Amino acid sequence: MNSKTQNKIAIGGLYGIAGLVVLILLALLGYILASGVPQLSWHFLTAPGKAFLKGGGVGIQLYNSFYLLILAMLISFPIALGAAIYLYEYAKDNWVTTTIRTAIEILSSLPSVVVGLFGFLFFVVKLHLGFSILSGAFALTFFNLPLLTRSIEDSLRTISDVQREGGLALGLSRWETVTRVILPAAVPSILTGVILSAGRVFGEAAALIYTAGQSAPALDFTDWNPFNISSPLNPMRPAETLAVHIWKINSEGIMPDAKAISSGSSAVLVIAILLFNFAARYLGKRLYKRLTSA
Amino acid sequence: MFVNNDVKNAMAMEERHVIKLSDPDHPVILSTEDLHVYYGKKEALFEGDLEFASNQISALIGPSGSGKSTYLRSLNRMNDRIATVTGKIMYRGVDINQPSIDVYEMRRRVGMVFQRPNPFAKSIYDNIAFALRLRGVTGKHKLDEIVETSLKQAALWDQVKDDLNKSALALSGGQAQRLCIARAIAIKPDILLLDEPASALDPVSTGQLEDTLLSLKEHYTIIIVTHNMQQAARISEYTAFFNQGRVLEYDTTSHIFTNPSVQVTSDYVSGNFG
Ligand SMILES: Nc1ncnc2c1ncn2[C@@H]1O[C@H](COP(=O)(O)OP(=O)(O)OP(=O)(O)O)[C@@H](O)[C@H]1O
Ligand SMILES: [Mg+2]
Repeated sequence: MNSKTQNKIAIGGLYGIAGLVVLILLALLGYILASGVPQLSWHFLTAPGKAFLKGGGVGIQLYNSFYLLILAMLISFPIALGAAIYLYEYAKDNWVTTTIRTAIEILSSLPSVVVGLFGFLFFVVKLHLGFSILSGAFALTFFNLPLLTRSIEDSLRTISDVQREGGLALGLSRWETVTRVILPAAVPSILTGVILSAGRVFGEAAALIYTAGQSAPALDFTDWNPFNISSPLNPMRPAETLAVHIWKINSEGIMPDAKAISSGSSAVLVIAILLFNFAARYLGKRLYKRLTSA
Repeated sequence: MFVNNDVKNAMAMEERHVIKLSDPDHPVILSTEDLHVYYGKKEALFEGDLEFASNQISALIGPSGSGKSTYLRSLNRMNDRIATVTGKIMYRGVDINQPSIDVYEMRRRVGMVFQRPNPFAKSIYDNIAFALRLRGVTGKHKLDEIVETSLKQAALWDQVKDDLNKSALALSGGQAQRLCIARAIAIKPDILLLDEPASALDPVSTGQLEDTLLSLKEHYTIIIVTHNMQQAARISEYTAFFNQGRVLEYDTTSHIFTNPSVQVTSDYVSGNFG
């Protein structure tokens, strides 16, 4: 067999595998969307759930998912940004940074259910935060932090060192170089990473089951005082998210249309995550173009 | 006749030949004494003792890996976190190679342009203006004026004056390099260090860049690393020849190219190296 046929066979094999992956993915997506999309309606997306009757919606769960996502991002982004800047721009290679990197590595490979259990023991029980948005947001932070730190570090790595030297040669300090030269140039790629990780956080269930809880008390969308128990902004209330909801109905749902609600919720989740991904690509490209175009 | 000259030279050849400057019109502005540079344990520069005349162009030539960049980057302490540099770097009577020196302030006096053009991901205008703003130069008029004069001095103004708000990343290589020069001179340095600034450029852009440097001589002292011997001959007054981490010869450019004192220099400039 000469190298040309060998090459052809290899390429054929790779195409086959890639095609198979795409096919499985499309079949999965198609199944979820086909069974879920017919359930979707404005009512479904906004109405509160019903425990025993038909016709409940996922409005509160959907809202909770977004609220938790935003809180988790607000907490984890500054920390991840700081950590990434420290690790990539400042830290020398010594045992401290090696330890930090290893810790990040391990954290990022922890199963999310373990993160959830840790969150339960530490935030819910030890710190007396109870099943609450806050406990959930902290658990999500733990889940998200390592991935986000690595993604921001990778973004910084894509900015060539000649840019750093260019800043220093103008008499800028390292900090000025990072904040004025490197970060602005890395924004498109950092943003892409943030949105992608937001998609992951949005779909996360296991880390939340024992932290943000499995109940979605009714919310009063006219009351925006975060100290009131029925206020959507109250961070101390339990808050079942969409992903947790899907798990919950499938394991113990007793409403007659449980299957339909589960399919509908899955479709909403998948669509939201797809939107996150497309938004990440689109915004990243747009910003990059704006930075580089004439 | 050439052979005769060569024979005559060979008899008089020295090991090392480094002149001291004594041109009252162009006093020494920067000099190094006993400069050694180590990358970790490895010594990359064994002795650098050169003097640079103000408002003149000095060229650093030599084979690849001979320590030209290592030397040049030490001059404005760009090697600070990378290498250990011992010895003195005297700039206007002050040793700038000591810890107490404010390196950021010093680098504003000793600017640098790199081999690979490195415009920032900002508009052309901001590439020049943002470092000024950071140093408290505000006021649109003032900034506009500095941006315009620096771009003019770098011979880029006519090509970009209508596109100042466009991204600098869209410039061609030659334009980008001249923007980097404009950016460096906007903060009004004394000395401009250039490390093979034309190596990524085509012949036309290279010619323009050389003209730019020649016109900048009036205001700045220029030290340029180049692999292009014709370029060194065309634009510089003084030339230093580096080999294996040592300065083997330093003299006027005409001396180096027509009548070098060291055999290795002679071999190198005549292309019989190695
Ligand atoms: N960052 C670094 N770390 C370790 N060694 C280095 C580093 N930079 C340069 N060196 C070594 O120092 C020596 C001199 O390198 P330098 O870059 O100064 O040469 P040069 O004359 O500029 O060469 P070129 O013409 O190829 O640019 C070489 O042996 C090189 O391998
Ligand atoms: Mg070099």
